[in-house]
Amino acid sequence: MKPYISALRVRYLNGLQYRAAALGGLTTQLFWGLMRIFLYNAFYKSGGQPPTMNFPELVSYIWLQQAFLAIIMLYDWDYELFDMITSGNISYELCRPCNLYGFWYVKLLSKRLASATLRFSPIILISLLLPTPYRLTLPHNIMSLLLFLVTMLLGSLLLVAISMLIYISVFKTMSPVGSMAFFGILGEFFSGMLIPIPLMPEWLQRICYIMPFRWTSDLPFRIYSGNISVSQGLMSIGVQILWIFVLVSMGLAMMKRITKRIVIQGG
Amino acid sequence: MGLYLRYIRLLLKSQLQYRASFAMTVLTQFLTPFAAFFGIYLLFERFGSIEGWTVYEVFLCFAIIGASFSTSTCIARGFDVFPNMIKNAGFDRFLVRPRGTIIQVLGSGFDIKRIGHLIQAIIVLIIAISGVKISWNIIKIFTLVNMIIGGACIFSGVYMLQAALAFWTVEGLEIANILTNGVREYASYPLDIFPKWITRFFTFIIPFSLVNYLPLKALLGHYSEHLIFYMLLPLVGILFIFPCILAWNFGVKHYCSTGS
Repeated sequence: MKPYISALRVRYLNGLQYRAAALGGLTTQLFWGLMRIFLYNAFYKSGGQPPTMNFPELVSYIWLQQAFLAIIMLYDWDYELFDMITSGNISYELCRPCNLYGFWYVKLLSKRLASATLRFSPIILISLLLPTPYRLTLPHNIMSLLLFLVTMLLGSLLLVAISMLIYISVFKTMSPVGSMAFFGILGEFFSGMLIPIPLMPEWLQRICYIMPFRWTSDLPFRIYSGNISVSQGLMSIGVQILWIFVLVSMGLAMMKRITKRIVIQGG
Repeated sequence: MGLYLRYIRLLLKSQLQYRASFAMTVLTQFLTPFAAFFGIYLLFERFGSIEGWTVYEVFLCFAIIGASFSTSTCIARGFDVFPNMIKNAGFDRFLVRPRGTIIQVLGSGFDIKRIGHLIQAIIVLIIAISGVKISWNIIKIFTLVNMIIGGACIFSGVYMLQAALAFWTVEGLEIANILTNGVREYASYPLDIFPKWITRFFTFIIPFSLVNYLPLKALLGHYSEHLIFYMLLPLVGILFIFPCILAWNFGVKHYCSTGS
């Protein structure tokens, strides 16, 4: 366990160095969040109140998306790993005395956590201070806040487990372009990043619920705003753990099979 | 011009070398805006309309911006990735050649893969035109074409400004992202759904509303007078490119190489 923890620490500290990039990202994310809220505001004013999600809940949903973007966006790929596979530098990684899956998993997780650490607090802070219709509201009770934190953490573990499958697939395809694009769009849509899941039609929501993507971000955000009740939220923790278990064991098995007969590229 | 065509021919050849990767990227270029299109459709299914605009009218807006954006990223891609060229001092090579810098930067980055996005925009355009009530005549078609060209000019102008700024900042500016990707995303909707200050910014500073929102209202018959005035606005949008060229030339004069 120890090498993984130290890898997590080193990568995390390394990721914290990119402060200027985080500042640039911050402005863009604030702009996107604000524009999105303006847009939905216009929609909400035009039609009847959609029964599935009221406006303050939607505003929280959008701000949390922006604040935790670094954790929840599947398409934030680590090109270093792709390069390693296609250039043959993977051989160095294989020499390490730890499991490749575990090592990469920790690497990806720490990078996302570091990037999120730099960004989430200013966005949360600013969005809490905005005037009323655009403001991020505090959760109703301490229980939903706690549950939000737990599901968010599990959600980030799940997201990395999903992304690992895509990195592993590159061993077979040797070009990340296809799976990156395909899963990027799929993940964005079915996790409610494009439009919030409660605003989708019933049949589409049902598809979202049977896929893993929505459990990474849609769930914690709706728990935070009270759109999903605490008791319902408690049950979904089980679903999250189940998905993590299934996807991690799938990834481990795939990685094991692939590294057994790996072809090192380059010379 | 001959030189530019030769640049394009070379880039086409090299980009078409990797067939599978090429096809994959074109498909992505198609699917990403398609997902956005589907998102708009779903929102209208839930809400019905937005501030009095119907779904087909918004599709028209979306398609025009999409066509402008994809055209400009195809042609002016060189300016988009230009900050990298400053960082590795690749720009020095351009300066020693006896040709203009603009044509060389354009020629360095013609990106045919954006055709996927363009095709998507054209399909949506056809869907939108079949759904909106516009009695088409030659002036309206002329306006529509000008809107797309004008939009492409403004996007390209923003790319040029961003590239010109890189002469001082070296690093690419993430803020410029708001003016390109942000506009592509949110100017897909009529600008009057946003607060006044946003509409004003995109009318008087970066004049996207001149090529999109205002002439669109004229096309849809929202104005009863000064129709010609609104329909000629996209031409003003095209003029936006000229101050950007000046800014670029100013930047080139101040260029200090980062290489050794």
